Amino acid sequence: MQIDITVNGTAESHDVEARTLLVYYLRDAVGLKGTNVGCDTTSCGACTVLLNGESVKSCTVLAAQVAGEEVTTIEGLALEDGRMHPVQQAFQECHGLQCGYCTPGMVMAITSLLAENPDPTEEYIRLGLEGNLCRCTGYHNIVAAALAASQALEMRQ
Amino acid sequence: MIPATFDYVRAGSVDEVIGLLGEHGDDAKLLAGGHSLLPLMKLRLAQPALLVDIGRLRELSYVTEEEDVIALGALTRHHDIATSPVTLSSVPLLAHVAGQIGDLQVRHRGTIGGSICHGDPASDLAAVLLALGATFVAQGPNGRREIDAQDFFVSFFEVALRSDELLVEIRVPRPLDARWGFEKLTKRAQDWAIVGAVAVRSRSGVGVGLINLGPVPLRSSAVEAAVVAGSNAAEAAAFAAEGTEPSADFNGSVAYRQHVARVLVRRALEKAGV
Ligand SMILES: Cc1cc2nc3c(=O)[nH]c(=O)nc-3n(C[C@H](O)[C@H](O)[C@H](O)COP(=O)(O)OP(=O)(O)OC[C@H]3O[C@@H](n4cnc5c(N)ncnc54)[C@H](O)[C@@H]3O)c2cc1C
Ligand code: FES
Ligand code: FES
Repeated sequence: MQIDITVNGTAESHDVEARTLLVYYLRDAVGLKGTNVGCDTTSCGACTVLLNGESVKSCTVLAAQVAGEEVTTIEGLALEDGRMHPVQQAFQECHGLQCGYCTPGMVMAITSLLAENPDPTEEYIRLGLEGNLCRCTGYHNIVAAALAASQALEMRQ
Repeated sequence: MIPATFDYVRAGSVDEVIGLLGEHGDDAKLLAGGHSLLPLMKLRLAQPALLVDIGRLRELSYVTEEEDVIALGALTRHHDIATSPVTLSSVPLLAHVAGQIGDLQVRHRGTIGGSICHGDPASDLAAVLLALGATFVAQGPNGRREIDAQDFFVSFFEVALRSDELLVEIRVPRPLDARWGFEKLTKRAQDWAIVGAVAVRSRSGVGVGLINLGPVPLRSSAVEAAVVAGSNAAEAAAFAAEGTEPSADFNGSVAYRQHVARVLVRRALEKAGV
């Protein structure tokens, strides 16, 4: 079936099977490989993207379910002048990644969290990242990056 | 993991859903948030021939306040229940529990209707709605009918909806001066309850719900009766395992789960002021 989704501001239209999961629509039909598949069972959050600005696990959403809606992936976060988004920048500055596999999902999850609560506590961040697993960092620097990003975003406003 | 093939229709209205269900019977399956059904389909434990996507029926997504009742549309997402000013002020228990389901990404997709209609004994909201004495509104070709939460959960993953009906609304009697406790044992933050318990005490009485302690979500009439008869939390909680049939798995034996049920019910009752 023909499925139209606005991905990172661009209207995409692809003929895929009804059973196509959003993550494979993004990776294989659109060709954006930044969104990773980790567990494939809705647990790890590596596949997190934004659907109309809210975090969702794209391994557990059919592309057909979101036809006509707006999806943002890690490739769509950078600012118009090419600079990194404040959340990405904070990951670099706070050393929020090691192998990097969880990172796209973490960055998208944090972007959604900060949109819902621009002035978060550390506890809010930690609870809000329940659905994102990281095998490398021990989370401390990811939480630090989220808090740094919230300050950077506040200053930008 | 990829689901088996299926035909997909996005429903534009409740009437269209009922028509499709009438036409396709058990071959058709409704898809709401998809956060219980899609994982099953990916594991090929469910292989419906036709998916009827009801996820865009925005008219079924609301939380409204009536005189004695809080009404929730079946497609209201967990995240909306957790953050709605109506639930936060009138049934904070519901907001609290919805806000602890899975993780934020799950709560951005999962719906209250899906949580109930799936018939999973581990559903947090099902046990809470039992304790609150909620009523479920089903709609079919002959209009709407109300089903008591008590009569809704028939057996393991089976609920009292006919094959041509969908759930449209959940009606929660406004608890007056309620105090409540919700206790959930999990190994990891985002997990389902290994065992869970909820207690509500209000001017209209006491309700106790049990999570994952049998083939269906349970209401503990034994504990409720003990509270009504004047028992304190510890005395009443001693009855918590009565009528339960938990299954054993790597998370714990039957005896362990029943023990945890007594502990969690006591804590929930204490928080509810019993
Ligand atoms: C990682 C993860 C963790 C989770 N943790 C928890 C947890 O801790 N506690 C908890 O309670 N739940 C948990 N869940 C389940 C989550 O709450 C689901 O969203 C919910 O159980 C189903 O809602 P849904 O809208 O996604 O339903 P779907 O998956 O779309 O549907 C589920 C079933 O209900 C039927 N259905 C849906 N809506 C209707 C309707 N209106 N009328 C008739 N039938 C309908 C469907 O046909 C299907 O059979 C978790 C899920 C995941 C993936
Ligand atoms: S790949 Fe989607 S949650 Fe792990
Ligand atoms: S940086 Fe390796 S999994 Fe998180």
